[in-house]
Amino acid sequence: MLIKLPSASGCKESDVTPESFYLSRRALLGSSLAGLAVGALPEWASAAAPSRYADVEPGAAPAWFAEKLPKTKWQAVNVKDEAITPFKDATHYNNFYEFGTDKGDPAQNAGSLKTEPWSVVIDGEVGKPGRYALEDFMKPYALEERIYRLRCVEAWSMVIPWIGFPISELLKQVEPTANARYIRFETLQDPKSMPGQRSGFALIDWPYVEGLRLDEAMNPLAILAVGMYGRELPNQNGAPLRLVVPWKYGFKSVKSIVRISLVSEQPKTTWQSIAANEYGFYANVNPTVDHPRWTQAHERRLPSGLFSPNIRQTEMFNGYGEEVASLYTGLDLRKNY
Amino acid sequence: MRYPFWRVGVFLAACVAPVLWLYQAWLFALGPDPGKVLVDRLGLGTLILLLITLAMTPLHRMSGWAGWVAVRRQLGLWCFAYVVMHMSAYAVFILGLDWTQLGVELVKRPYIIVGSLAFLCLLALAVTSNRFSQRRLGKGWKKLHRLIYVVLGLGLLHMLWIVRADLKEWSLYAAIGALFLALRIPVIARRLPRFNARKTVNATKV
Repeated sequence: MLIKLPSASGCKESDVTPESFYLSRRALLGSSLAGLAVGALPEWASAAAPSRYADVEPGAAPAWFAEKLPKTKWQAVNVKDEAITPFKDATHYNNFYEFGTDKGDPAQNAGSLKTEPWSVVIDGEVGKPGRYALEDFMKPYALEERIYRLRCVEAWSMVIPWIGFPISELLKQVEPTANARYIRFETLQDPKSMPGQRSGFALIDWPYVEGLRLDEAMNPLAILAVGMYGRELPNQNGAPLRLVVPWKYGFKSVKSIVRISLVSEQPKTTWQSIAANEYGFYANVNPTVDHPRWTQAHERRLPSGLFSPNIRQTEMFNGYGEEVASLYTGLDLRKNY
Repeated sequence: MRYPFWRVGVFLAACVAPVLWLYQAWLFALGPDPGKVLVDRLGLGTLILLLITLAMTPLHRMSGWAGWVAVRRQLGLWCFAYVVMHMSAYAVFILGLDWTQLGVELVKRPYIIVGSLAFLCLLALAVTSNRFSQRRLGKGWKKLHRLIYVVLGLGLLHMLWIVRADLKEWSLYAAIGALFLALRIPVIARRLPRFNARKTVNATKV
């Protein structure tokens, strides 16, 4: 599991870098991406400089976050030659059905979510179960910035600079027992602050549940995120704690987590329960397996203009095949979609 | 022509929405995925116009005002215009004018098939909406134009397949549609309250 992170999907300095630029990856990125940047990209001032993004609305970071942020390892994983999605789009075009089914609903309604105090329950097949206040839960972890592609099952995609830590670090802390084979995540259920959960016509059986196989969760790319764009997570993006698994469709990356359980059986996940023929447990990004209602071969990279549509080919495992394909050897991905 | 202002008013109201949406989409005021939003709005617009069209006859019967039926054909044609825009937007913004992919979609996706059937029905109605066809088809014309009820059913099914998480909006449209269909059942239609009995006699001739 000790896969070195910056691989094909990340920035390979050596294959394109002129010798003279080689020492400074940041400078290189800055220059090669400058054309794409249009102000949405971080300043690449010096190697230690934190990433900055244009037009980021400042939040009110909790104390534990503000304290950890300066020690963040910036751009620990990056994307190659791809523009980062503007902050406004990443925060105003969301699927977070707890706050409504329209893409704009979460930004409009998530203000009611109270993220402080927040606690996370760890239970199931673990040596150290318990309920932790988020600030205590976060204590052992150093933050890293991970710039990942995000591919939604609805055939649109973004590039988001997350801030978080690998789930493998969490698993070290909670000591899974020999029976633990899956990890299950649960979103907050609070109809008072979540209007979508008050709807009498909702087909979702709240709370929202997602899960991973334990070896998937151990993959270094799988992270729990607490921030994005150099700040804490906005509520509509799943504050204060969410999952990010970049090689899977976005709905796997469960938001506003209140419970993490290690379990022996494959968890019953929300979308699989609603429509198993459309949304599988694995939900790996796969251009060769169509959604029953649309093709997954292409995606609209947002923002995608009306008369200059930004349509691109979808890559197997969202371009993270080198890191994750080995998890699925021998598995028929047409059946286990 | 009777009710010229009313007719022109309806015409303007129906064409303002798509022009405004297109303008908003162009300015990115519809968010980062304007093509998708446009397709959805035009689809929903088609359904709403269909429901409005279906409301004209019961409204006429109840109020006795002939203005309702005077705009019925226009509204039906607007419904057709919206579905054409809906499908064009789908072809351009979602499919990226990839015609081989369109073939795949037409064969593989039930909701696309159902939507296309509804479109073909609307096409038949639009083509035969002129007076010449009315004369030529005679009694058959009325029968043919009952296809509008089939279109409503197909349209609602098409939408039901797309909403996945919350049925609130769909249920609202389905309930309104069901109400308008129910108002056409003779037993119920006869019992509809008439607020202007004198003029209704004329109305039934239309």
